Order: sequence, then C-alpha cells, then structure tokens
Amino acid sequence: MTKFKIFYFIFFIFYLINQLQAKEPGTLITEIVNEASIILSSSDPVESKIIKLNNIAETNVDINGIGMYTLGKYRKKLNEDQKRKYNKLFKSYFLKSFSSRLVDYSDPKISVVSEKKINEKYTIVNTVLEETSKNPEIKIDWRIYTKNPERPLIRDLIVEGLSLARTQKEEFKSIIQNNNGDINYLFKSLEEFIIK
Amino acid sequence: MKKILAVFVIFMISQLVTLGVFAGSDGTLEINNKDKEQKSEIKDCFETVNRGIFAFNQGLDKVFFKPIAKGYRYLPKPIRSGTSNALNNLSSVVTIPNNLLQGQIKEAGINTLRFSINSTLGIAGIFDVASYYGLDKLDKEDYGQTLGTWGVKEGCYFVLPVLGPSTLRDSLGSLANFSGGDAWYNVTIGNNTKYFENSDYYYSRLTAGVDFRAKNLEAFNSLEENSLDLYASVRSLYLQDRKRKIQNSDETTETLNDDDWEEIDNQ
Repeated sequence: MTKFKIFYFIFFIFYLINQLQAKEPGTLITEIVNEASIILSSSDPVESKIIKLNNIAETNVDINGIGMYTLGKYRKKLNEDQKRKYNKLFKSYFLKSFSSRLVDYSDPKISVVSEKKINEKYTIVNTVLEETSKNPEIKIDWRIYTKNPERPLIRDLIVEGLSLARTQKEEFKSIIQNNNGDINYLFKSLEEFIIK
Repeated sequence: MKKILAVFVIFMISQLVTLGVFAGSDGTLEINNKDKEQKSEIKDCFETVNRGIFAFNQGLDKVFFKPIAKGYRYLPKPIRSGTSNALNNLSSVVTIPNNLLQGQIKEAGINTLRFSINSTLGIAGIFDVASYYGLDKLDKEDYGQTLGTWGVKEGCYFVLPVLGPSTLRDSLGSLANFSGGDAWYNVTIGNNTKYFENSDYYYSRLTAGVDFRAKNLEAFNSLEENSLDLYASVRSLYLQDRKRKIQNSDETTETLNDDDWEEIDNQ
C-alpha cells in the first residue's frame, strides 16, 4: 500500500510539473508577438533581424508539418530521398518567405482577443493586427497544434478568414498538376525562389 | 451596341469592386464525401485562357490601378475614410435586398437603419454616424452570395478582362444588379432622373476599385513577391473568401478541412 502511495505521489508531482510547463496557446502567441515586435522595432541591420525572426519561426512553427500538409496527396508519392530534399527546400522557402513578409513592418501591434479549443490537438487563437494610417484592422487567427502541451506549435495563420497553409497547398498543387504531376518542377520552383 | 458595351463595362467594373481586382480564377469546389479524405477540387475550366487574361489584368494593374491607388494613399486620412464610408453606404442598397433574400431579417433592419441615418445625418454616408449610435457595420452581401446560400454551385470558373475572377454563379449574381437589383444603378443609369448622371455610377464604381486597391497595396505586394504561382494563390484566396462570405461565418474552423492534418498526425 505504501509503495502504491509513493508511486501515486511521484505520478502526481510529475503531473503538476507537466501542467506548469505547459504553455497556453494564447500565451505562446503573446510571447512570440512581443518578441517579434522587439526585433522589428530595433535598430539592428535587416540581416540580423531576419536571423532572429527565423529563430522564432524555427522554434514555434511546425515547418515540417506545414510542408507535408501543403504537398497534399503528392506527399504519398515521395520516396525517402525526395522527402528529405523537399523538407530541406521547404524549410528554406518558408523562412525566406516568412521573414521577408515581416521585415517590412516596423512595429506591428497584435493583441490576443480570445482563444477557442477545437479538440485535444488544436486551439485557435484569435488576434487583431491594429489599424495603422496605411492599413485597416486585420483579424489574424493562429492555428496551434497542442498535441504536446509543453510545446505548442503554430500550424497555420488565417488572415481575415483566409488560410495561408491552404493557399500554399493549392499553389503547390497547381505547380505539380501543370507539370504532369512531376514533383521535380516544384523543387525547381522552390530552388528558384530561395536563390532569388 | 453602345448600350451593350455600357452594360459590359459596368459589369466589369462592378466585378472589380465586388470580387477584388486581382482574384484569379475560381472553380467548382467539389466535396467528395465518399473518400474519407474530404477533398476540394477546383475546376478551372479555361485555365490557359484564364492565365492569359490574368497576366493582362496584372499588366493593367501595374500601369493603372496600382499607381492611382498609391496616389490615393497620399490623400489625408479623413478624406479616404469619408470616401470609403460613402461607398460602403452606397453598397447597402445591394446588401439590404440580399439580407432579405437570405432570410436575415435582423441584419436587413440594422442595415436599413444604418443606411437611413448615414445618408441623412452622415451627409450621404461620408460619416458613419450609425456606428456612433451602436449600429455597427455588418458584412456586405451580394446576389452571388445569395445564390450560394440557396445552394447554387459555383459553376465553371473564369477570369474576366479588367474585372478579374468570377464564377458562373457570381457572374449571374452580378448581372442581377443590372436587372433592377441595385437601386444605385437604377437611379443613375437604369432610369433617367434629373438628380444623377450615368457618370455618377461609373465614378463610384471606379473609386470603389481604387479604394479597395489602396487598402491592399502591401498585401498584394507581399503576395506577388512570395508566390511561386501567383495565379493559383489568388484563385485559392478568392475561392476561400467567397466560401466564407456565403457561409456568413467568422468561425474559421468551419472553413477548414482537418483531414490532411489528421493524416499527417497519424503518420
């Protein structure tokens, strides 16, 4: 009985630690946004900003997962070599695209409005990019993968109801389809974008 | 012949505004429930032609809409806001009948009140006085969306010169504007009234196009710079946007298909 109690106690302690380490999706987004805001409003050179922004993305975005999602039905047709090549290319493509989109903003003000747990694996965090003299207010929803609560990961951004992951997926599909289903054309397009 | 040409030009400009200058192509979104994987298939019926027209529209945007939109940005913010408010107020005359056609009685009431208050106290809609009184702006509705809520499928996709993207359903919906469905068209062009000129309608549509383009300058630039296939990206965005508007839903989760993610999770 004592053995059982000790086991139960240890289990309980581990559970508590686990819960304390778990990061709420809303908190994750607030932290990322604050961190990005500090980087973007700093006087660092653009190259330095890009490196720091990429670090944030690599830590908090499920780049491999998004890459596989955007391949759609074609991911089943890849062999291991192609999969490795694609993952590498997609990561470079994603980071370049991600930082170039962000680096133009000097100090984006994004605030978390609410969050909605869809199921055990996903939570949608609703945020708002505040209105500026140039742009109207923009609603941005973050699709957070929460299967591992200790390390929630961003899997999609939904800007005014438009999913970036889905748009990317349909773009890749179009490239492959228009080239007789040959995945190498997608690789070529990605390479061209990366060296551009 | 002139009348046909005029209708065509109006149709084009109205598409430009209601559907967005750039939206590429659109197609049929087929939901295949037989497969566990719910797949959305875009039927781009005339893709080669559509891509050609899309390229033409891109060129036109570069030399015409984009420079004008950039210049428009230099106007003081109150002028831009006033213009935007007035155009938005004008669009209520299409939104209200569509609210009713979609059974949105409450929304029709709110929009009617907003239109009445803003057209009078708000001086032709320049000032959004209704929002000050707690009547917040609601989503716009059009005849294409109404057809969508009635269950009409998108039909074949096509890109129109100047106007950009459309589907058969959305184009049919736009034609309803010129058949008595748009009170602003009726009082400017449809009927000869001493209060308005035909040109008032053309100017309003053109300004709406420029206003829309000016609001999206950075977004379009970013899309152009980061797309591997801009045509496909725009088509996807257009389709998603129309679907969301037809569903009249801000619930993003309703518009997302989780099946692909599920499959990745289980790998």
